[in-house]
This record gives sequence, C-alpha cells and structure tokens, in this order.
Amino acid sequence: MLSRVLSGDYPRSPILTAALLVILFALALAPFLFPGAQPLNVAAKICVFVLLVASYDLLLGYTGIVSFAHTMFFGIGGYGAAIVLSRLGPSWSALALGIIAAIVVAGTLALLIGLFSLRVRAIFFAMITLAVATAFLVLASQLSGFTGGEDGLNYSVPEILRPSFRLFDAPLFGTVVNGRIITYYIVFFAALAGFLLLLRVVNSPFGSVLQAIRENEFRAEALGYPVVVYRSIASVVSAVMAALAGFLLALWLRYTGPDTTLSFAIMIDVLLMVVIGGMGTLYGAVIGATLMTVAESYLQTILGSLGKLGAGAGIPFVSTLLSADRWLLWLGILFILSVYFFPTGIVGKLRTHWLNRKNKALQKRSGSASNK
Amino acid sequence: MTDRIAEREETAVAAPRIDWIPILLTVGVALVALPLIGSFSTWMTLTVAALAMGMIIFIMASGLTLVFGLMDVINFGHGVFISVGAYMSLLVLWPLTGWVESPSIWLNIAVLVLCILVAMAISGLFGLAFERVIIRPVYRQHLKQILVTMGGLIIIEQLLHVFFGGSPITIALPQNFRGGLAIGPDIIVERYRLIAVVVGVIVFLAMMLVLNRTRIGLLVRAGVENPEMVEALGYRIRRLFVGVFVAGSALAGLGGVMWGFYQQTLTVGMGLQVLVLIFIVVIIGGLGSIGGCLIGSLLVALVANYTAFLEPKVALISNIALMLLVLMWRPQGLYPVVKV
Amino acid sequence: MPDPLLTLAGVHTHIGHYHILQGVDFEIARGSFTVLLGRNGAGKTTTLRTIMGLWRASRGTIRFAGEDVTARPTPDIASAGIAYVPENMSVFSGLTVRENLVLAARAGKIDAARLEWIFSLFPALQRFFDSPAGTLSGGQKQMLAIARALIEPRDLILVDEPTKGLAPAIVGNMIKAFREAKNAGATVLLVEQNFKAARMLGDTVVVMDDGRIVHRGAMAELAADAALQQRLLGLHMEQHA
Repeated sequence: MLSRVLSGDYPRSPILTAALLVILFALALAPFLFPGAQPLNVAAKICVFVLLVASYDLLLGYTGIVSFAHTMFFGIGGYGAAIVLSRLGPSWSALALGIIAAIVVAGTLALLIGLFSLRVRAIFFAMITLAVATAFLVLASQLSGFTGGEDGLNYSVPEILRPSFRLFDAPLFGTVVNGRIITYYIVFFAALAGFLLLLRVVNSPFGSVLQAIRENEFRAEALGYPVVVYRSIASVVSAVMAALAGFLLALWLRYTGPDTTLSFAIMIDVLLMVVIGGMGTLYGAVIGATLMTVAESYLQTILGSLGKLGAGAGIPFVSTLLSADRWLLWLGILFILSVYFFPTGIVGKLRTHWLNRKNKALQKRSGSASNK
Repeated sequence: MTDRIAEREETAVAAPRIDWIPILLTVGVALVALPLIGSFSTWMTLTVAALAMGMIIFIMASGLTLVFGLMDVINFGHGVFISVGAYMSLLVLWPLTGWVESPSIWLNIAVLVLCILVAMAISGLFGLAFERVIIRPVYRQHLKQILVTMGGLIIIEQLLHVFFGGSPITIALPQNFRGGLAIGPDIIVERYRLIAVVVGVIVFLAMMLVLNRTRIGLLVRAGVENPEMVEALGYRIRRLFVGVFVAGSALAGLGGVMWGFYQQTLTVGMGLQVLVLIFIVVIIGGLGSIGGCLIGSLLVALVANYTAFLEPKVALISNIALMLLVLMWRPQGLYPVVKV
Repeated sequence: MPDPLLTLAGVHTHIGHYHILQGVDFEIARGSFTVLLGRNGAGKTTTLRTIMGLWRASRGTIRFAGEDVTARPTPDIASAGIAYVPENMSVFSGLTVRENLVLAARAGKIDAARLEWIFSLFPALQRFFDSPAGTLSGGQKQMLAIARALIEPRDLILVDEPTKGLAPAIVGNMIKAFREAKNAGATVLLVEQNFKAARMLGDTVVVMDDGRIVHRGAMAELAADAALQQRLLGLHMEQHA
C-alpha cells in the first residue's frame, strides 16, 4: 500500500524518513498546531513550493536541463486564477475554467519552447527560457488592462474559502475552522496529490528513460529513445505542475502580481531549494522548500536585527551586508557553495551516510563471521 | 581515371566565402521599414538610434560569444560585468563633475575616455577573479556552469547594491554630448548616439585587427574552431581562454559605460536585463561567431527600434519573435560555427 | 635498441566506460619509420591520442626523449618536439592556408626554404596560399595537415591514416614527403590500413589488436612472410592493398 503511494521510491535513510514524517505531520495539522495567520501562511507557502520545486526537479535533476522559465509557468497558474476570478466573479465554475485554461496555456507554451530549443543544444534551452521568461514578465507588467500591471490583481474567492466563513459553529480542538483553513487544506491536499503524481512519473519507465538521457544523451538516442520528445514531455509535465502550484498560491493569497509569481528572485529561490535539498530526488524538494521557506520567513528578521547590532557597534558596511534586503547575497554564496561541495544536496548526503553505515555494519558482521 | 581525380583535386577553386544573405537581410529590414514609417527623417533618427544601440550590444556580446566558442563555457554571469562597468564610471563622474559640465569638448572626451578605461580595468579584474573562483571548477559541466555563473551574478549584483545602494542613479552626459545634431534638412540625430556608433566602430575594427592580424587573434580563431588541435600544436588554450575571458569582461564593462550613458540611469539589475538581449543576439548570430554577433546585434536593434515606433506593444516581444524566426530558418543561428 | 625516442610501457586508456588500450608496450628508435597496423577499432588512433595527452593513460608510462610525459599537458608534449596529424585532418577551415602554417610554426614565422620544399611537394598549397582552408578539397586539406607537421623540423611526427580516401596520385606525393622528412632526420609513427603504402614507407612495423600489441618487427620480415601477413592482418588488409 505504502509502496504504491510512494511508487516504490522510499527515502532510504532513517533521518530523512523522520524529517519527512515530521514535515508531513506538521503541514497536515498546521492549523491546529500553530495558531495564527503568519504560521499558516508559512505552511501554505511550503506546500506550494514543495510542488513547485518538485516539478522543477523533474527538469533539472531528472532530465538534466536548466530552465529559467519555471516561474513563468508558475505565473500562468497564478494569473489563470486571478484573471478569471476578477473577471467572472468568485464562483467555482470560474475557478475550474481558470485551472483548465492555465494548464492548457502552460502545457502548450512548454511544448513550443521545448520543440524549438531542445532540438538544437541543451544550452540553448537555458538561454531561450531566460529570454522568454523575461519577455513574459515584461508583458505581464505592461499589459495592465489584462493583468493589473505592476500592481497585480486583487480578487475574492468563493464564499466557502473566505475568512468569514465558518464550517462549524464551535471551535474544533480550540481552533475555529474558517474558510482560510478550508483553503489551506485544499492547498495541502492538492500539493500532496501533485507531489505523489510526480513521484509516480519519475519512478515510471518514462522517468528511467529521462535519467538515461541525462546520463548519456547519445546512448539514449542510439537505443531508440527520441530524446527531444522525452525532454519535451518532461518539460510539459513540469510546466503543468508549476501552473498548478501557481494556481494554489493565487487561491491562498487572493492576490497575484509579478512579484509573487514571476520575479527572478523566485526563480533563484526555486533553484536554491532544488540544489540544497538535493537534485534528482523529489524528497529533496520537500526538504529544500521547507528549510528555505522557514528560513526566509524567520531568518530575515534575525539577519535584520544582527545588522542593526553591527550598525550599533559602528562597523561600516556590516549593517548593509547583514540587512534583510541583502538576503539574496547570502543565498547566492550559499548557492555556489552547495553546487561545489554538496552537489547531491541534503538528501544525497543523508543517503550516502546511511549507505556507508549499513555497509560498515555488513562488513563487521561478515568479518566476525569469518573470524569464527 | 585516377589522374583525372587528382587533377580535379588540384584545380578546385578556392574562393573566400562570405555569406551575404544575413547582411542583405539586415539592410533589407531597414529598407522595408522606410515606407512603413513614412517619414525619412523619422526613419533616419530611428536607424541611427538602432545603430548606436546595436554597436553597444555588439561590444557587450562579443566577449560572451568568443568565450563560448573557445571553451564551450556559457557564462550566465556575463551581464554583471555590464553593471560593474556602468557603476565604475561613477568613480570618474562623481569627482570630475567639473569636466562633465565643462564647455570644453576635450575635457568632455577626456572624461568619457577615463570612464571607459576605469570601467574596463575593473570589470577585467572582476572577470579574472570570476574565471578563477566561479568558472574554473566547473569546466565541461554545463549544468553546474549555468548554476554557479548565475550565482556569481547574484553575488556581484548584491555587492553593487551594498556599495552603491539599490535605488536608480541618474548620470549626466558630458556637456557637448547632449542634445541633437542636425545632419541634413529635417534630420536631427542625438549626438551621443553618433558617439556610440563611433566608439562601436572603433572597437569592432580593433577587434578585427587583433583577430586577423595578430598571432593571438589567429589562435583565438583557430581555438574557437578546434581547441584540441591548437593544444596539439603546442599552445596552452587555457591561458588563451583566460585572456579572452578577461578581455570579454572588460568589453562588457565598456559596453556598460556606453549603455549607462545611453539610458542615463543606472540600476543594479541593468546587467541582467541586457544579458537577455545579449543571449538573443548570440543565439541569432550563431554561438561563437564574431561576425554573426555583429549582424545579430544590428538586426535586433533595428527591429526593436522600428517596432517600438510602429507598434509599441509588439516591441515587447519583437526580440523573441525575431529569434524564433531566425531559428526556424537557421537552427544554429545566422552564422553557424563549424566545430570539428 | 639504445636510447629509444619514444617508449610506451604498459599503457592503459579508458574512454568513458570503455577500456580501449589494455597494456600497450612498444619502442620507437630514433630515425626509424614505424607503421602501426591493425583493423578498425584495434586502438591505433587511441594510441596516438594517448601519446599526445589528448586522452589520459590510466596506467603505464610514456617516455619521450628520455622524459616521462605521461601526465604532461598536451601543449607541453607538443612543445617537446612532437607533431601530430589527426585522422580528421583538423585544419582550421576559417583560417587561410598561410595562417594555418603560421600557427604551426612555433618560431613565429615560416622558414622560406622549408616552405619552398613544401610547395614543391604540394603545389596546390602554393596556389591557394591565401584562401581559407575550408575551401580546399579533401585531398588539399590532407596536404595542409601534413604540411603543418613538416613546416618546422620535429623529432617525432605522428600521422593518423593520411591516405584514407585519397586518390593514389596524391598518396604518392605524400609518401615522398614522409620519405624526405625521414631522410632529414625525423622519426615517424604512422597509422595505416593500406598495407601497400605501409610497406613502401616503413622500416619497422607494430600490429595492434583489441587494445594490445600483437606483433613487433622489421617491415621487410613481415613483407616477405605471406603467412604471417595472413595471420596478423587477415583478408581485411589485403582488400586495401
């Protein structure tokens, strides 16, 4: 049963299993464990980013191609929800239309980009996706009649999802189950379903071909697998999942703008989450997204106060170096260091650690057996 | 029979081949735009602006394309040298405000030249450090290269933030470079654009001279084609590569100065914005090709300027559209580099 | 053999997952003309590339002129006095014939007398001296590749199948070029499938199969022994001859 849900892909490290269980447990019960708007916000963001990062890992880790257009697909999902809700009003049918439109647009665009740029050289893909994503960002912030421009779009959601809605009259385990909590669970279960679906994809025969292509493109081609087709399908699946993540975020925030979905900073965040968590393992996405989101939500404050301390001590530039705005600087350094020194990320490290221990234990046992 | 084959081998005509089609295409774009725009003076203004912009883009893009050709290294951090160059011109402009505002054209030129020299020196140094720290450990690993060079871009960009602040900085053109110059009845072009064209042409000619008339230039051209054979002839391609990388970074810095004056506003993110344009240019031109880089730059600039005038909304995606059209026609770019 | 110019001892080379050279041993005496024979895929090209450092030997040592060059970078190996003419010719097609030769002359400029000699062997190069090498015919490119190796005196010249796909008349000129280079004191290691050409040129022969050396000896000996030829080279070689 569990094997089917996880598609036979177990964490393969007790520490990792424990961490994943803690995260799953905390996210599943977040509204009851951590009361207040801010923690629930962080939990919802983690859910969205787990899905976003996992879908990106399908490209980067499993297929070995770098795309800078992932936030574009994220944005297509977000704007899909935003545009239908603000134009057609807060109805479920509008939401359904929004998600279908977002999936169709994201999938088609991903297919077009893939067919264009995966045909020539893998390196083109990174450059072309960067160009296309930038153009999309410019379009979104310029076509204000349609997208709300730089200000983005505010809209209301169906009534059941609003904070004023109460599911029960009495609080449940001391928490009032309002529309926000219902929204949170929609986000949580959709993200979980999406994640498990991705897990299924990467562990299917299709996923094995992707990894074969990543290891040796020419050999895969020689074995009769059309590389371009496989890569294009992977990029379509990844784009659709990113759009779904964007849609969930839009539902949660009730606001969509360039900064929440399309900005380059989010792209960098996603890259970092994949690399730190571990490329080529979807569990890395969970670890990376959780760590980074929590860090970004809480550490920035700590960094900011450290900076003030430095300024108080009269050390020049320390305050600017440590101010919360310089978050990206430290991320950049962390990013390069992890690519150099931890290319397999946290999950990779944990797995090797466990494998080594098991091997040592095995050797010891066989050693003592031969001594007898 | 065999003698006849030999004869054919001997008399095979070897004439230098220049592919004229992309060049004619660029001229054609300019000519087609004329009736669409309708007014000759407007067309002229737009065309000069495009030439200026195109030459600046060329200066910035040339290093990237050569670095790729030589070592198969794709530097996503290239854009940051543009920002560095632009911001370093402040080190000259701030103390020498008097020269900027001086009515003497010589002092104006002197300040521009100083900006260029300082910017080139410092972005060249940044390039040297970047090559050692960021790129050297990930030679021949495209995936990691893209990731770490992007990381390097973020770090240097953020450092500029720390030292110069995050808000846009306005810079003034030297006194004599401001305003327009009448070059015919009804035709007025901005002076600075003419200067940009002149600087661009000088850089292009200097580059051609180095590439075609010096031993180092020959090695670079040979190395882009077949780095392995250059090594087998006894030359250290690595050293050559570092040189080209530093020169390319310095040129990006020079381009940054010119671009900064062109926009008259500096933002820390300007390098990344231009980087996208540069990528489009080198993809259109053919990765590794210097001639393609020039034609690509001019083509992109012409199309951008004309569409911005004719249909501003379309201009937002004109570059992408141009790139897709070129790739449909020639999937390796206008001037594909023949790799052995 | 006193003081061989080049020695390979137990050289193994891996390319990716493939174990191509599996312990190659041979020596090349100064002033000799050695032909490396063997069927396709025997490891001849890999041997030359490993000597040049273009592939790295995973085990064993390569000594050139008394020095261990196994781990040296390719440019150093070339500078030590080895010229290399690869199988695919590898002329720089964007450079003119002149520019190709200028780069091959490490001294910086071309020696006039030597250029005259090259022109006398390959007149086409004189005719197209200032044309891009990319516009030359296949045979002319091959001549240029060889001219590049001959433009300055080198201690050792490695040549990979120069006669492949060439008209016999051109092969004749090429053989002449190598013979004159040898007479001028160069040592040559030539990979060849064409036994007829090999027999005319070589004084020593090394035969490879499956990444190992299977025969070493004098060319005259092999040329005289049809049974040995049959055993080492099989009908495959005879078809070429």
